[in-house]
Amino acid sequence: MKKLLTTMVAAVACYATVASAAEIKPAVVYDLGGKFDRSFNQSAHTGAEKYKEDTGTAYRDFEIQNDSQREQAMRNFARRGMNPIVVIGFSQASALEKVAAEFPDTDFAIVDSVVDLPNVQSILFKEQEGSFLVGILAAMASKTHKVGFIGGMDIPLIHKFSCGYTQGVKHSDPNTEVLVNMTGTTGAAWNDPVKGGELAKSQFDRGVDVVYHAAGGTGVGVLQAAADAGKLGIGVDSNQNALHPGSVLTSMLKRVDVAVYQAFEDAANGKWHSGTTVLGLKEGGVDWALDKNNEKLITDDMKAAVAKAKEEIIDGSLKVHDYMTDSACPM
Amino acid sequence: MDNFQMVVLLLDATMRTSTPLILAALAGMFSERAGTINLALEGMMLGGAFSAACVAYYTDSHWLGLGAAVLTTIALSLLHGFACITHKGNQVVSGMAINILMSGLTALVGIALFSQGGKTPALDHEARFQPITLPGADAVANVPVLGSLYSELLSGHNILVYVAFLAVPASWWVLYRTRFGLRLRAVGENPGAVDTAGISVVAMRYRSVLCSGFLVGISGAYLSTAQGASFLSDMTAGKGYIALAAMVFGKWRPFPAMFACILFGFLDAAATRLQGVSVPGIGEVPVQLVQALPYILTVILLAGFIGRAVAPKSLGRPYVKER
Repeated sequence: MKKLLTTMVAAVACYATVASAAEIKPAVVYDLGGKFDRSFNQSAHTGAEKYKEDTGTAYRDFEIQNDSQREQAMRNFARRGMNPIVVIGFSQASALEKVAAEFPDTDFAIVDSVVDLPNVQSILFKEQEGSFLVGILAAMASKTHKVGFIGGMDIPLIHKFSCGYTQGVKHSDPNTEVLVNMTGTTGAAWNDPVKGGELAKSQFDRGVDVVYHAAGGTGVGVLQAAADAGKLGIGVDSNQNALHPGSVLTSMLKRVDVAVYQAFEDAANGKWHSGTTVLGLKEGGVDWALDKNNEKLITDDMKAAVAKAKEEIIDGSLKVHDYMTDSACPM
Repeated sequence: MDNFQMVVLLLDATMRTSTPLILAALAGMFSERAGTINLALEGMMLGGAFSAACVAYYTDSHWLGLGAAVLTTIALSLLHGFACITHKGNQVVSGMAINILMSGLTALVGIALFSQGGKTPALDHEARFQPITLPGADAVANVPVLGSLYSELLSGHNILVYVAFLAVPASWWVLYRTRFGLRLRAVGENPGAVDTAGISVVAMRYRSVLCSGFLVGISGAYLSTAQGASFLSDMTAGKGYIALAAMVFGKWRPFPAMFACILFGFLDAAATRLQGVSVPGIGEVPVQLVQALPYILTVILLAGFIGRAVAPKSLGRPYVKER
């Protein structure tokens, strides 16, 4: 997995070898929010689509509508001989634990959670590192010295984003205040843009001028509210800079697309392995987005500050605290 | 930010969140006052929201979107009327059927048109209702108390919010001060008497569901083209039922129903606003408590303050002329 950074390059090279590789029948099960949430699930969809484009291997996917469909969908795919089956999202863990035990010959991969079974690959991201970088950008872009964070469901994973972000903000400017809000405590919190917009407005009223969301489909409302109010939003998971050009400061990229692509490719090349894979800045699993939509918002100072922090995190001289390790944030 | 400002902004958010509820509650009231149970509010809102988002996206005009929403909901209420009034079907079943139908149909058509999993593409500036600044709002913004009340609370909403709040006295006037309103209420209480007076019960009930469809269409358009910027499957999230509850809570009368909607809207807004804010005298309230607050208060209010709600006498009963 070390060569994830070079996946894009490797993809071209692999094209030739795939013909000889085993024919696979991959499948993806998305989380609530759906494959067009313009964020987390869509990133997975992009990866699968890219694999299909590069290799011509068709895949099947399923968008669940409620929690009880998780198991059904996985079991259905497994029974039809789909292999590997990549499931997206931490909430799939308990369903996968059951289904993976029932189908020991099928390879499964889960993004964002750990399932400890011999036929399951667990893919985790160091969201705190990517969030740290956008935190630096937020602090530097804020004129009011108040920045906001809006999370989706109130779970440790989202606190990991918020904690990394807060550390980044404080690293750049210890005097900048961070306001943190969560949308809800159920799965519906991933898909409630109206509530997201209201939360964003409430933060703007309290003086916030840059808001970062880690809220899936809910975040579309956050970015919309930021664009309406003339403030800056920060996207998450997918590159969301293009949703409101000029109003999205940057996006914290979580390369679920790379993970899905890699999982498919490993299966095709017979390099499938189980166990836990953690993708951070070093492995190219997380990053921040700079493109033509936000290049005017990012000054050279900002670029330099982020590049420096990125380098320090990669070489280990700057440690970003991971909320999941002790369920607490030092800030 | 001082506490006064915080309260004003909370009320400001309340106006935004209670608008769709008020319109839907009034819609339910028109229908139920004439004796037709309208459980279909939820489904009609969805249908309206979807049509508004689609048409606004294609035409770049929020007014055409609003028109499409109203046409859709009027068509749906005629369907409801056809089943319940003409064919004397069970009104609850017909209402639920429309809810289920619209929940599936909007997603299906959405996928067919845009292939984005039932969502519609985000709308541009032109295609949405924009906030209106009332005359002089900026000028008086710095006047203490009254100035900020005017500029923050009253000004700066989109036109549908004002429409909703003006629809309340208008509905009251129609129901209680016009011949149409008198007949409408009579049809809901004692259709036999209305029939004896030579007025068609069926025609009156159809008119009432038309009023209902018109109002709920506006609330659907508000969701997708004013408050939000696109349609999402099941975006109403139970608002139709909440509006129905508010209407019963308000005993089928316009002003009490409006206050019930404002209360529900306020609790919703408070749950959003109070997160992570330190409340004077209490300190920072835990998120979990804030999120449970609306439900707790609803139970307390329903149990202690509402009293007996008397429904229109012939509510839910189809009118049979003679056996």
